[in-house]
Amino acid sequence: MQKHAEKWTKKHILDIASLSREEIEIVLSLATSFKEISERDVKKVPALRGKTIVNLFFENSTRTRTSFELAAKRISADVVNFSSSSSSLTKGETIVDTIKTLEAYHPDIMVIRINSSAALYCLKKFTQASIVNAGDGKHEHPTQALLDMFTVKEIKTTLEGLNVLIVGDILHSRVARSNIFGFQKFGSSVTVCAPPTLLPFNYGQSGAILTSDLDQVLPKADVIIMLRIQKERQGGLFLPTIREYVRDFAMTEERFSKLKKDCLILHPGPINWDVEIVSSLKHKVHPRILQQAENGLAVRMATLYLVGTKQK
Amino acid sequence: MKESKRILTAEDIKRVLSRLTHQIIERNPDPQELMLIGIQTRGVYLAERIQQLIQEIEKVPVSLGVLDITLYRDDLTTIGPKPVVRETKIAEDINNKVVILIDDVLFTGRTVRAALDEIMDFGRPKRVELLVLIDRGHRELPIRADFVGKNIPTSKQEIVEVKLMEADKIDEVMVTIQDHSQD
Repeated sequence: MQKHAEKWTKKHILDIASLSREEIEIVLSLATSFKEISERDVKKVPALRGKTIVNLFFENSTRTRTSFELAAKRISADVVNFSSSSSSLTKGETIVDTIKTLEAYHPDIMVIRINSSAALYCLKKFTQASIVNAGDGKHEHPTQALLDMFTVKEIKTTLEGLNVLIVGDILHSRVARSNIFGFQKFGSSVTVCAPPTLLPFNYGQSGAILTSDLDQVLPKADVIIMLRIQKERQGGLFLPTIREYVRDFAMTEERFSKLKKDCLILHPGPINWDVEIVSSLKHKVHPRILQQAENGLAVRMATLYLVGTKQK
Repeated sequence: MKESKRILTAEDIKRVLSRLTHQIIERNPDPQELMLIGIQTRGVYLAERIQQLIQEIEKVPVSLGVLDITLYRDDLTTIGPKPVVRETKIAEDINNKVVILIDDVLFTGRTVRAALDEIMDFGRPKRVELLVLIDRGHRELPIRADFVGKNIPTSKQEIVEVKLMEADKIDEVMVTIQDHSQD
């Protein structure tokens, strides 16, 4: 069986940028096998029995945290959730002290979400545990990109040679960054589309094509990832009005009719209906977006399994 | 230095599977109660062949499942390169079925232990019986097979290799003796 064995050497999953194409393929192929577990009557396998996973969320999240928690439980790890609102952080403890305190419980994996970009490269020094990035500031959200790629592969059967279009608040989006790195590793072309105020001018070097003209790039797209307009991050400075955004960037019935017939529309959720996508398209696009959520669970099981069973 | 010996030829394997099939039917007169479960990957091919044989004889469909035991292994965190996790597919209700668990080689018994644990997570079969093409001894757990194609007494240094058409383009069983005299 040795010749079929998979080579996984990464201790942490901090970003997509440093994963090789082969490593991404290992995650995706494992996720295919893991997906079946959630269809069983007893939705649990003993792979990570006796391992402890800490979900450390310094930033609010329900969906990602729930997905990680369930993923951990389905592979039999013990999970504790730690979120900033209910933690000692509100009492003035520093993030490093929090990590050191949790380290005293000997966790095997820490799943961390934090609002400071790339903070995990520093924080990993304070723990023996493997770290899985669940979103760090405006930097990366690797498991989201992996589940997007998994969903695209499941439906399109390939990740090669596709035109991937990412629409929305690119500037603040870690999902966009991770997907740009990910899809390009498979030879797909990535275009990002946003109002000029939300389009990072220095993204040219990433290889992504930048535009603010959605209607021009729309008809070529094989995959469109609609990002959520994060109202909490707008502060009124980036968008004049939501109505203007809808006019220029929302998926409307008219734009939908100009798409390739098999164009796949994804959204990391939660969706603001009638902002990113008009609600009259709900019955057409929602099923795939829910499929993304289901796949997210399988992909997270795969990532936790890979770092959790890595030979010490 | 390696020395290989063919223990079973394609013809032998065919005869062995035919005998094992008759033994299964003899012990289980109601084939509709049966569920064959092959362990990935060569156990699956053997299970498919036995399914075919039973259906030819009994003229009724026999259900077949596929089991990958990787996630139930007891050495997941200690082995080097991770084994690939393959498909598990138990589509039909396992409750009250007589499960014939099928693998190519019975060695330490640890794979069978993992398979039994996994099967129990799918339900409560009426009975589980074990079928192996080769029993090579050296058990590390109290497990024995109900149907054995061939007993091959081996030393731990020997490698038993079951090759099947579906994966290896040939049907044969080889025993390779590794000569460590030069090590």
